[in-house]
Amino acid sequence: MTYVFDLGWLAQYYPVFLKGVAITIELTLVGGVIGIGFGIFCAWVRALGPTWMRPPVAVYVELIRNTPFMVQLFFIFFGLPALGFRMGELQAANLAMIINLGAYSCEIVRAGIEATPKGQFEAGAALALKPLQVFRLIVIRPALQRIWPALSSQLVIVMLGSAVVSQIAAEDVTFAANFIQSRTFRAFEAYFVSTAIYLALSICLRKGLDYLGFFLFPSARTESR
Amino acid sequence: MTDFSTWDILRNLLLAARWTVVLSFVAFIGGGIVALLILFMRISRNRFARAFARYYVELFQGTPLLMQLFLAFFGIGLLGIDVPAWLAAGVALTLWTAAFLAEIWRGCVESIPRGQWEGAGSLALDYVQQMRLVILPQAMRVAVPPTAGFSVQVVKGTALTSIIGFVELTKAGTIVTNATFQPFTVYGLVALLYFAICFPLSKYSKYLERKMAAAYTHGR
Repeated sequence: MTYVFDLGWLAQYYPVFLKGVAITIELTLVGGVIGIGFGIFCAWVRALGPTWMRPPVAVYVELIRNTPFMVQLFFIFFGLPALGFRMGELQAANLAMIINLGAYSCEIVRAGIEATPKGQFEAGAALALKPLQVFRLIVIRPALQRIWPALSSQLVIVMLGSAVVSQIAAEDVTFAANFIQSRTFRAFEAYFVSTAIYLALSICLRKGLDYLGFFLFPSARTESR
Repeated sequence: MTDFSTWDILRNLLLAARWTVVLSFVAFIGGGIVALLILFMRISRNRFARAFARYYVELFQGTPLLMQLFLAFFGIGLLGIDVPAWLAAGVALTLWTAAFLAEIWRGCVESIPRGQWEGAGSLALDYVQQMRLVILPQAMRVAVPPTAGFSVQVVKGTALTSIIGFVELTKAGTIVTNATFQPFTVYGLVALLYFAICFPLSKYSKYLERKMAAAYTHGR
């Protein structure tokens, strides 16, 4: 028996892949926006927040950063229903990605906040701004600008990590590949195509985030030239 | 129906955790060796070697580890060999680890000031000697903390091999859950066991980082 690499079936199954791409993008967008928002909140707590809130956030960050995403996903999807929290596979996938990215972006953003010169806090206080206003109006934007490359990389990593959600039957790109290989027995081609899709997605995401950073942080434009 | 005590669950998970540790070691050591090759290509003077190393890193960092596992599993199978899961897992994790370590180490080599190269060159050392006697000893010192930090990613990466059927900690968690119907306890314990492996590594890496930062600021 000789093996022939063949992508002829692709025309028939492209809607499956399209749907998978839509789900992967949706998961990344929702997880990215809410996750980074949550991460910024946690970073504020760890760097400037009330002292009693810091230990629980630190425990959360360390727990998430030192366990695999897949175990977090299984814990949320299979483990939490035992306590009465039932949810669909997409909700569980979204929740897992938010919790995961929240912990990683917390550490990244915190590094950005802690690199803020002390004088900026003092200047804000001298203008009679409340601590939260100082954070919101003065500190956060340059802090995000400082760590934007690291945050972008982390978002790409989370997008690629989302391939695992196919294991709880969320219908992303990997799920599409699994589905097609079970129908056509062309496993190698199915995973080859989905790998190419992920590569394209990660390149687009990285370029898009670079562009977004360019748009969000006007002062970076003059610096980079 | 048999009842399972928490100890029964934990004992089975601990036995499977051995394979997580073994696979992590294999991937880390194998990946380190391949990473050295990629690193030397990446910083060589040959344009094609540099391009190859760049695309290698781009490819493995730009695609999910899960896809690499699947491609290794089904790809090696195309050669007509019946692929055991451990082989596909070892190969894929090694190549994946190599891409990340090569990129980390490249940063370390490039952090060595140009003057070190020039100084070594002016002592009439050839390229290999410059590398071996001057650049690498300094780069290796800088490389230790991030390398230790990346080992955490390797341990967590091994969890994905359960999907292609390698029985390690996560797979054992699924099997035990199917037998006990206690997903909350089992996956909670699985997470704690991963934490027990990864947290010391993370802490150690942080400690090394701080030690190095102190050494550098002290010298100034």
